[in-house]
Amino acid sequence: VLRVPTVLRYRGREGMLAWAFHRISGIGIFAFVVLHVIDIYLVGGNPELYDEVLEFYASLPGRVMEVVLGGALLYHALNGLRIIILDLWPSMTVFHRGMWWAMWAIFIVLGVPGALIIMRPVWLPWLQDLGLL
Amino acid sequence: MQLSPYSRARPRPVGSRRETIVWYMMRITGVMLFVLALAHFSIYHFIWDPAEQTAEFIITERWNQLFWRGYTWLMLMTVLFHGWLGMRTVVLDYFHRPRLRTGILWFLYGLGIFLLIIGTQVIFQAPLPVEGAAAQ
Repeated sequence: VLRVPTVLRYRGREGMLAWAFHRISGIGIFAFVVLHVIDIYLVGGNPELYDEVLEFYASLPGRVMEVVLGGALLYHALNGLRIIILDLWPSMTVFHRGMWWAMWAIFIVLGVPGALIIMRPVWLPWLQDLGLL
Repeated sequence: MQLSPYSRARPRPVGSRRETIVWYMMRITGVMLFVLALAHFSIYHFIWDPAEQTAEFIITERWNQLFWRGYTWLMLMTVLFHGWLGMRTVVLDYFHRPRLRTGILWFLYGLGIFLLIIGTQVIFQAPLPVEGAAAQ
């Protein structure tokens, strides 16, 4: 029987969380890639329908989903690199906790500005209304 | 030296040449996607805005240059490889009944081949680059 705690239990602590997030983000990105190849196919197959899909991507709910997608992508990329470093240089394992937190620092530093840029249609007019821009 | 038992990822398989190749390919395609997919996401969300990327934009701006057409196709190949081998690992972890497992894997590979065909078709059926069209 697959229950959430069973599925996500691996070896405990940071390594387990890293692994669980890696798997969840990976499955999520996989699902989006399936959708994305199909929607890009419409560029050639049915451009009008593609432009309608694009309207959703450019809408507010679409942008929130893109922030989530970008976060999953960035996490999966950074954690994947961490895995490769540990695979190639096993002696780095003594620093694994430090690498885990360093990865989250990079995630925040790159991810927060990225999320703000994607959401700019929300806050840009708001700043302009306040006369700040 | 004591290595933490918590931090290692999936260890490199021993005993199966095929699984060892898959293990290395996951890492090689992973590094490729670190560049290809993150650059792709950044270009089309931070430099351009999704609202601008109509079908016409993709044909006349993005795929007007053979470099970006090749980039898109290389990324498609890499993501199909990495994503599908990754999902294979997930399926092997969670589905143990042989017929169910085989059925899901066939569905997965079929879906991958389908996306390979439609993705390749849409990239290469786009009109050939027009000299100077991007500069308009």
